[in-house]
Amino acid sequence: MSSSKRKNLTPVQQQYQDFARAREPQRPIAINCVRAFIVGGIICTIGQGLQLFFITYFNFDEKTAGDPTVAVLILISVILTSLGLYDHIAQWGGAGSAVPVTGFANTITSASLDHKSEGFVLGVGGNMFKIAGPVIVFGVFSAFIVAIVKVIITSLGGM
Amino acid sequence: MLQGHQTWVFQSKPTIIGSAAIGGPFEAQGNLADDFDLLHGDIWLGQDSYEQAEKKLLEQACETAIKKAGLKQEDVQFFLSGDLINQIIPSSFTARTLAVPYLGIYGACSSSMEGLALASLIIDSGFAQNALVGTSSHNAAAEKQYRYPTEYGAQKPPTAQWTVTGAGAAVIAKQGKGPRVAASTIGRVVDMGLSDPFNMGAAMAPAAVDTIEAHFRDLNICPSYYDLITTGDLGKVGHRIAGDLLTKHGLSIPVEKLTDCGILMYKEDQPVFAGASGCACVATTTFGHLLNRMRRGELNRILVIATGALLSPMSYQQKETIPCVAHAVAIEM
Amino acid sequence: MEKFVLAFIVGGTICVIGQLLMDGLKLTPAHTMVALVVSGAVLGGFGLYDDLIKFAGAGASVPISSFGNQLVKGALQEAEKTGLVGVLTGIFKITSAGISAAIIFGFLASLLCKPKG
Repeated sequence: MSSSKRKNLTPVQQQYQDFARAREPQRPIAINCVRAFIVGGIICTIGQGLQLFFITYFNFDEKTAGDPTVAVLILISVILTSLGLYDHIAQWGGAGSAVPVTGFANTITSASLDHKSEGFVLGVGGNMFKIAGPVIVFGVFSAFIVAIVKVIITSLGGM
Repeated sequence: MLQGHQTWVFQSKPTIIGSAAIGGPFEAQGNLADDFDLLHGDIWLGQDSYEQAEKKLLEQACETAIKKAGLKQEDVQFFLSGDLINQIIPSSFTARTLAVPYLGIYGACSSSMEGLALASLIIDSGFAQNALVGTSSHNAAAEKQYRYPTEYGAQKPPTAQWTVTGAGAAVIAKQGKGPRVAASTIGRVVDMGLSDPFNMGAAMAPAAVDTIEAHFRDLNICPSYYDLITTGDLGKVGHRIAGDLLTKHGLSIPVEKLTDCGILMYKEDQPVFAGASGCACVATTTFGHLLNRMRRGELNRILVIATGALLSPMSYQQKETIPCVAHAVAIEM
Repeated sequence: MEKFVLAFIVGGTICVIGQLLMDGLKLTPAHTMVALVVSGAVLGGFGLYDDLIKFAGAGASVPISSFGNQLVKGALQEAEKTGLVGVLTGIFKITSAGISAAIIFGFLASLLCKPKG
């Protein structure tokens, strides 16, 4: 808990939270990091393999092979999510499955599936980006700021 | 009769003349499977949505409880029910099916004991001959509303709990044979500034302790009065915190007497992290397992303290903390 | 062969950073992904993310941080061609495959499948 939040607590509340924290199982950070490393590494290695596959057997080069690679990884993630397997992989792998683009596809697919019961327009369409939305919004906005800043600096003669 | 600050003593001791517990696949593999009237093999129950499946669970629990009480649907005078879904629609839609005068209540996971307390009050004060109390919860519906889509790969921490897919119901009457409701302590909201929706146990423990202390203080009795004292769904984490907190406050309850429905529900090898939770956790454990034990003569007096976390998905996003409440009901044979 | 090892190591490391954000700083997964995407965008602005991709291949292009880099690259490439307005028109040019695939396949899944709960 951040210290600014703690300042809003009464002494009794702070005391209780320390009391409770001492009796809670802590998140196994070290083990989680090892698992995240393994799962994330495997997914990226599969991505590397896919890239090689597209370069060797199709007319892609280093620059353009990224697109079909990402598309295939997304398809795999959608299938695993639909089969009910991705959440089990994620419980073990943590950030290792959430951080790669497969995690992004998992957020969209899982939200779509769950809200199917509310119909395709309002349910699926309206809720698909429940978790992925922030990634897109902040990705676009930060890219906008970075690009504007860079363009201005370049036109002023810098960089 | 009001005794002390916040405890109702029911002079006429309304009787629980029938009760039922319905569960899902996880509960079928759990510790208390034998005490469920009906266990389903999947969480859909042939419905098109999780929320409709939860309504079906509650309907089945109510119908079974009414049948076991030897009554017909039209004999039931009042229906009190609550659940976790927005605007308590499973309860309201079940009330629609039952066509019984309906009081919707909300206490999060403490709804069952809140309902039992109010139903007993209505009967004891002469405003009804009988009443039906029900509550339900559904794992997927709760995850979809409060946390993440069910297939989403979020890593749950060890303090997380597993919402029970099930429903519990009980018919309480002025006369009859069965366990009787002796008293009830209405809890007040306690908020210790915790805000992690994946750690409800630690958030709810202080409310449980507050109500337990109020109960013994109001009635001027000791824990030894009861054969079993069980909290609703504190889980392993909250149970330990509550036990230590009670000892720290000078009210020590022997470890074999103080338990928690969230711990009783599932087996050790089931992936439920800190234990079971949800309205149906305490409802199915009490209306199934514990009342059965009482009817068999294994338990004479029990105290059930159902705990509820009164947050909403929006309150969490607005950086609010989690206020909790706990209601206690004393049941005697 | 070396490419595969580097992809594994760098990809794994970026995921570990994500795990530390989630477990250490107790950020939600959404906050963590936002942090990584914004970092990717900033590094992309400095031209450093492309160097990372040259070094580690899929180890840098598969994590979500690469999404931020692609958004910036798209904006900058278009701005070079058409001036400042290119920042708006170019943002989604390069990432189009990823977002389109996610939406299309995700929607197809909802047509064909039911969640397992």
